[in-house]
Amino acid sequence: MRLQYPPDIRIIQVPCTGKVDILHLLAAFEEGADGVFVAGCLEGDCHFIEGNLRAKQRVKRVKEILDKVGLGGERVEMYNLSAGQGGRFAEIAREMDQKIRELGPSPIKLSKKKSTGSRVEVAA
Amino acid sequence: MSYMEQETPSKLQKVIQAGHLAVTSEVGPPRSAEGSIIEEKGHLIKDYVDAINVTDNQTSVCRLCSLASCIRLKLMGLEPVLQMVTRDRNRIALQSDILGAASFGINNILCLTGDHQHFGDHANCINVFDLDSIQLIQTVKMMRDEGRLLGGHEFQSKPQMFIGAAANPFAGPNVELRVARLAKKAAAGVQFIQTQCIYNMDTMKTFMKIMVDRGLHEKVAILAGITPMKNVGMARYMQKRVPGIDVPEEIVERLKGVPKEKQPEEGINIAIDQIEELKEVEGIRGFHIMAIEWEEKVPEIVERAGLYPRPKVNGG
Amino acid sequence: MIRAVGKPLEEIIDMVKDYDKILLAGCDGCVTVCEAGGLKETKVLGSALRLHFTQAGQNKVIDETSLTRQCDPEYVGQLRDTIDNYDAVVSLACGVGAQFVVDMYKDKVVYPGVDTCFLGVTEERGWYTERCQACGSCILAETGGVCPIARCSKRMLNGPCGGSEGGKCEVSPEMPCGWQLIYERLKTLGQLDRFEKPRDTKDWTSSRDGGIRQIVREDLRI
Repeated sequence: MRLQYPPDIRIIQVPCTGKVDILHLLAAFEEGADGVFVAGCLEGDCHFIEGNLRAKQRVKRVKEILDKVGLGGERVEMYNLSAGQGGRFAEIAREMDQKIRELGPSPIKLSKKKSTGSRVEVAA
Repeated sequence: MSYMEQETPSKLQKVIQAGHLAVTSEVGPPRSAEGSIIEEKGHLIKDYVDAINVTDNQTSVCRLCSLASCIRLKLMGLEPVLQMVTRDRNRIALQSDILGAASFGINNILCLTGDHQHFGDHANCINVFDLDSIQLIQTVKMMRDEGRLLGGHEFQSKPQMFIGAAANPFAGPNVELRVARLAKKAAAGVQFIQTQCIYNMDTMKTFMKIMVDRGLHEKVAILAGITPMKNVGMARYMQKRVPGIDVPEEIVERLKGVPKEKQPEEGINIAIDQIEELKEVEGIRGFHIMAIEWEEKVPEIVERAGLYPRPKVNGG
Repeated sequence: MIRAVGKPLEEIIDMVKDYDKILLAGCDGCVTVCEAGGLKETKVLGSALRLHFTQAGQNKVIDETSLTRQCDPEYVGQLRDTIDNYDAVVSLACGVGAQFVVDMYKDKVVYPGVDTCFLGVTEERGWYTERCQACGSCILAETGGVCPIARCSKRMLNGPCGGSEGGKCEVSPEMPCGWQLIYERLKTLGQLDRFEKPRDTKDWTSSRDGGIRQIVREDLRI
């Protein structure tokens, strides 16, 4: 569709968001990611029935952990959209990018003294 | 008849044996060391009842203990019923308190398991439940009839206890089972029962019928529990929030049907009507009036129900 | 199995904050089944702790491992070669395992990573309910296979009490009344006569009340 979305987003494709583990999300933050969003199918439309529901629970768990360790749960989000909603994807990407820029670089990254620009990790 | 089999000096037992309808009521001790409150409440109702129950940390709220209160009533020349729950004390303490009560000549005991502590003001405590109510009944009987403790020790000064327990016709799983449980208490040695407060007369009558069919009414004296409602709020609270109490909608409607300031009076009227209706039910041997924090109404209820004056019995 | 839940993260952070080299040791037994302290949860904890301490500018070594069980010496013994690399261990095994690590490595600081709750079953993934209180003298034969010690809030042997309503315990509408369950089982089995006979006082000496317990099986010992 050749829609525009921010260039600092790295997409990691998975067959179903049910494959995304809590450890993957946490690892991204340990590596210095400023934000992560998980884009899964619309609820009720998961090809693997409840993969996106599991992803939703895991994102929620990671939010709690990020809040507790002081990173802030807003840095991780779950979104639901269908494969055909290219426009929605771009919208989400822009929304998340904007939010993360406002939150600022991840304190982990700052502590590790990396000098790369802000990055947003996506698992879709 | 079982309740006559083991004679004790209990005035309550004598009233029942003589064929009168017995009347008992209860006083709730204060949440302080103010013993005089027990005296005041005792004086309020003493001429209108045959015996006075003192509750034992009821609904798991810590209060001045039943034993101390019963001793006080006994020293006033009144007839106490020591309520004893198994929630807070193990068998050593329970038997110890029974010996203590007996040492002051207390002759009536009500054996209860007790409300779970989550209802009260110390919800984070351990609970004991070393024994349940039925095992407590067995224990009191053994102490009274054999002069023996659970641990085997034998002694001479046997507690002369008239043994009571509670029955709740309205709890689960069903009425038949509640009667079966009462039968179990009878087999364990119970002599009188005070029921949970009654509002559903149909269920109560079914309960009594099953009891009579089993011949239990000849083994155990049933005192029907009566609690007057103060207002619609109290009726709703008991209907919705207290497990094991069944308040039919008609009762609530009857209270709603009168203006707010007349509701307490209507509540007393309902209680009187209940007493009159239950007098006609076979197996009912008296009434246990639980006017919670409303003890001053007991005289009126007893009078209007035609149960005053209380009969004089030998040694009473 | 033993059921447990992970301790709150803030509590664990507080336990380990003054140590520099921490080993998180999970267990592949019971705590894996109830998803409280298996390898997965150990790694999640490790990641969370690293995120926290990195931010706080503290450079800690936080390693993760999981043992087959922490209640048998053969498995806990496997830590022998590496445990001295750490100045604190967080055991995500149940209270049994955590204490056994202490037994075997007496000079090591060992902290519990989970709260051990009860012996119970899996109703569904994520929902576990208590079944046994390990009283040491099982009466299931008399109660249709439902335990009144574990499943009656008042551990009555002659229940149900007067607070049983609609099959639920007076403590909470979510708690089934254990004695209702016993009644229904005895009814199904045609054993309602068991209901009629009063059950005597229990001998609690085989339970925790008799003191610290052990089993010695001479037939299994050389």
